[in-house]
Amino acid sequence: MSNDFEAAARPALADSQLRANMRHATHTIRDKRARVVAELDDWEQLREAGRRIKDRTMRHLHVHLATLEESVVRAGGQVHWARDAGEANRIVGELIASTGANEVVKVKSMATDEIGLNAALEGRGITAIETDLAELIVQLSHDRSSHILVPAIHRNRGEIRELFRRELPGTAGLTDEPAQLAEAARRHLRRKFLSARVAISGANFAVAETGTICVVESEGNGRMCTTLPHTLITVMGIEKVLPRFADLGVMLQLLPRSSTAERMNPYSSLWTGVTPGDGPRAFHLVLLDAGRSATLADQIGREALNCIRCSACLNVCPVYERTGGHAYESTYPGPIGAILTPQLSEFRSGTSLPWASSLCGACYEVCPVKIDIPTILVHLRGRVTREVPNSGDPGEAQAMRMLARVFASRSRYERAQRVARAISRPFVRDGRIARRLPGPLARWQTVRDLPAPAPETFREWWRERERAERRKAERP
Amino acid sequence: MRIALFATCLGDTLFPGAAIATVRVLERLGHSVAFPQEQTCCGQMHSNSGYEAQARGLARRFVATFGSDEFDAVVAPSGSCAAMVRDQYPRLAASSGDDQLTNAVAGLTPRVFELSQLLVNELGIEDVGAYYPHRVTYHPTCHSLRLLHVGDAPLRLLRAVRGIDLIELGEAESCCGFGGTFAVKNADTSAAMLTDKLRAILDTGAEVCTALDSSCLMQIGGGLSRQRAGVRTVHLAEILASQEDQ
Repeated sequence: MSNDFEAAARPALADSQLRANMRHATHTIRDKRARVVAELDDWEQLREAGRRIKDRTMRHLHVHLATLEESVVRAGGQVHWARDAGEANRIVGELIASTGANEVVKVKSMATDEIGLNAALEGRGITAIETDLAELIVQLSHDRSSHILVPAIHRNRGEIRELFRRELPGTAGLTDEPAQLAEAARRHLRRKFLSARVAISGANFAVAETGTICVVESEGNGRMCTTLPHTLITVMGIEKVLPRFADLGVMLQLLPRSSTAERMNPYSSLWTGVTPGDGPRAFHLVLLDAGRSATLADQIGREALNCIRCSACLNVCPVYERTGGHAYESTYPGPIGAILTPQLSEFRSGTSLPWASSLCGACYEVCPVKIDIPTILVHLRGRVTREVPNSGDPGEAQAMRMLARVFASRSRYERAQRVARAISRPFVRDGRIARRLPGPLARWQTVRDLPAPAPETFREWWRERERAERRKAERP
Repeated sequence: MRIALFATCLGDTLFPGAAIATVRVLERLGHSVAFPQEQTCCGQMHSNSGYEAQARGLARRFVATFGSDEFDAVVAPSGSCAAMVRDQYPRLAASSGDDQLTNAVAGLTPRVFELSQLLVNELGIEDVGAYYPHRVTYHPTCHSLRLLHVGDAPLRLLRAVRGIDLIELGEAESCCGFGGTFAVKNADTSAAMLTDKLRAILDTGAEVCTALDSSCLMQIGGGLSRQRAGVRTVHLAEILASQEDQ
């Protein structure tokens, strides 16, 4: 099969600095998360509650979205519907253009990364400034995000110090102390917050019954963006809606512990439309489909839409830990990315990602809304194999069909066992195959010895034992 | 108890020692073991590679082979293959729309066990009378841990083995990087995962690494053998079957 992931992972696996950064960062967050989750006696009930809220919401998504639109409009906001990335980018671009602004500040947002909003705005002569520290690092270094929550997880402090000294004025004496790095970013951003007339955010949640948008964050930059500018534009995937305000009570417990390993995140901003004399004067909500409706049509795959973007699954994933996020070539890396990317793209990209997993199940174990990622990975492997033309390796398909025929008959199976033993016999040394084999087995042999077929299969041993017992019984 | 053994295709062909040991342990405990000879493969490789139709065919075959009421339980010396039956068969059956298959699967899966599960949770035994005077570390395989939830059943069995020097493995619950065809399709990532697992094993100073799955042991053992590390892999069943007079 065309394995884009494998090719993209190779340079990352060979990058010792990246490997060290990733190992340190994922293990640190992983361990912290385990500690704060263990503090709650009712964590499993919370997960179950989260799963049920999401499942229920998805079953009547269209109803909740219509309610959300009504509520937002009632509260003085405007709602825009975007079928795909192009439509969303056009809507946001026109809204900004109508204010006359040519610079906007942004709260960290996955949806706007997904649709490539910054590049689209640049095409209209509008500069988008990322205000989340890690997003700023990624933007200043013309890099790509490699993690849902910590986009610069692949960078260490020394690398960030060098970047800031190069890109931010007045930082000549900067050290790699985290507090100093944050202070340098803060000085740079403060000027932008005070001058920007338009801000763009994503949404962690949107409450249908009240029209309230919720953004959770750690740095306070989001609070600045959602309160200071005159115009606030929120781009949100349609799957982010929650029916009731009370649902936030579950989600706001699950999300911080799973993502930043905090009991509660430092800033939770909630706003409902516009409030005269307080905060933005205009609020626009752009509801983005971009493959979500198509994903909803898949009864097994749709569970991926329940994701609340905590990234706990990335932090525990043994594959992500080794390859980092760039190998996934998607806004959404890691296990959740492997099931979201092909589905949201309607199988136009990321079709090798369902195989980027050993199916170890660590992701499912930590998911705060209990998304059964391994099951969906297997399901999507089936969909890609069946539905995406030229996705598979014809040799593999042939081998799989042949093996299925062998396993379908006892006599064929037993003959295949004898044949495998006979043809390997000349190459066996000390129970190993002492020769490089062709095809997929060569890839096994790059770092591993291959065991030889046993001199006697289990069934041969069993039959011999039965014969011996019969002989014993016949000779009293 | 009358117990049917599912040797697994890998065990039957490449690692018969684990299946033979399973027979010896269960018979020593007074159970009768049957080996239905029509058995081949549970279909896990097909299912996990995206060949659902072929996997469903093999699931049908498994149900026909082991569905008989004459067996009180079906045991496999593999967490992964037992998990395939318990975890994936119900879904494969449901999506076939064949109610007969769905019912047969629902009747069979609660009786299918991985060996340590059967011994500790079903038969209530921890001391199987084994003697194994070696320095051993135990790698919990992902599917036994996260799909079957065997918990500490294997460790309880190992702790009761006489003469054993059991050493805890660091980062034990990290995947070894096998993952079926993952090991060849994403060979470099699999190798990186394996390297960390081997380092953890070598750090214990053990002479033997044991686990519930011959497939994961093939990955770990293949790596140890390639590095001439002087550490061998031994299936849990073989440790449990081992006795002083042997």
